[in-house]
Amino acid sequence: MANILEVNNLSKKFKGFNLNNISFSVPYGYIMGFIGPNGAGKTTTIKLIMNLLNKDGGEIRVFGRDHQEFEKEIKQKIGFVYEECYYYEDLSVTEMKRIIAPFYRDWDEPVFQRYQKRFGLPAGKKIKELSRGMKTKFSLAVALSHHADLIILDEPTSGLDPVFRDELLEILRELMQDETKGVLFSTHITPDLDKIADYICFIEKGNIVFSDVKDEILNKYNIIKGSRDLLTEENRRLFISIRESEFGFQALCGDTAPIKSQLGDRVIVEKAGLDDIMLYTIRGKQDHA
Amino acid sequence: MNIIISNSSQEPIYEQIYKQIKNSIIMGEIKTGELLPSIRNLARELQISVITSKRAYEELERDGFIETVPGRGSYVSEQSAEMLKEKRMRMVEEKLFEIVSDSKMLGISLAELHQMLDLIFGEE
Repeated sequence: MANILEVNNLSKKFKGFNLNNISFSVPYGYIMGFIGPNGAGKTTTIKLIMNLLNKDGGEIRVFGRDHQEFEKEIKQKIGFVYEECYYYEDLSVTEMKRIIAPFYRDWDEPVFQRYQKRFGLPAGKKIKELSRGMKTKFSLAVALSHHADLIILDEPTSGLDPVFRDELLEILRELMQDETKGVLFSTHITPDLDKIADYICFIEKGNIVFSDVKDEILNKYNIIKGSRDLLTEENRRLFISIRESEFGFQALCGDTAPIKSQLGDRVIVEKAGLDDIMLYTIRGKQDHA
Repeated sequence: MNIIISNSSQEPIYEQIYKQIKNSIIMGEIKTGELLPSIRNLARELQISVITSKRAYEELERDGFIETVPGRGSYVSEQSAEMLKEKRMRMVEEKLFEIVSDSKMLGISLAELHQMLDLIFGEE
């Protein structure tokens, strides 16, 4: 399967933070959710892909081509939405669009107009007068209006209400009807990805925790609930991390079979969501540290 | 055809879809040669990932319920009358298994079960 985005052994050193040889890839036709807590290295990775930061080592290929050597061509076909606003604050929406549009060979004004209408973007308003959500909508409209094949979203939903978050997911679903597109969706609001993502890459402190098919991940992990006297020194090791209260315990496990054979019907087994997996994994690492 | 997905079920989503489409085929709700929605369209409609709907179709294909023609889509395979009958029998058989094991657990004898079955079958 060909990859629309490939990251191999990417590294970057900062004072106090390292991105350590991370690798992952997104095949054509699929959505990868990029998850991790704040400061895990998500935005750094995206900035490296976009060549806004210089990498220290490793390789990035977009559409099968080196991201630095073919930067100009590649960027024509990437639609991005950054967490922060990168526009001239004093310009109106329409003025800003007039500056951006000529950069793109395939700018499609009717498409932009359609999104402007759909999102209710006020054409005459200055960028600085827009709410956080409106700014994101503007970025998104731009990202979708030049026939991009790879869409990179960096925390797009953090300033958005549930209604627009849902609309964003619907837009991505529409986009994914075309199997030549691909999406890298970075977020710490993981329920958005529970539904839509095909792959999940989980990064923490500059390291990849896992990168796999979402369904496999969700099948593997379970939340186990039961009374505390069921926990023994030995079976504690079967859990990734355990949360105990006066009334019982809740824990995440990566392989349910040994726990089921030991504790059987005395515990409740529930599906874990991505947020559970993220939370418990990070806590587990802190406990073991 | 209806496909209802439960997010709280322990059963994987692809399996829920697989079973429901399979049942629709066995029950004759969708017929031989009928075109199914594309993998991507199904994913969009059900608000699930493309990989999930792809997996469901792959399993249906593996078990001979559908056929996929590249570039054209997935169709309900030709099911011979015998095969269909066998699949229907198997579906009922699976349910009987459950009933039998329940009966054993509850201490209901085979004769009692027979009696019940005769009565219910006669009523319908």
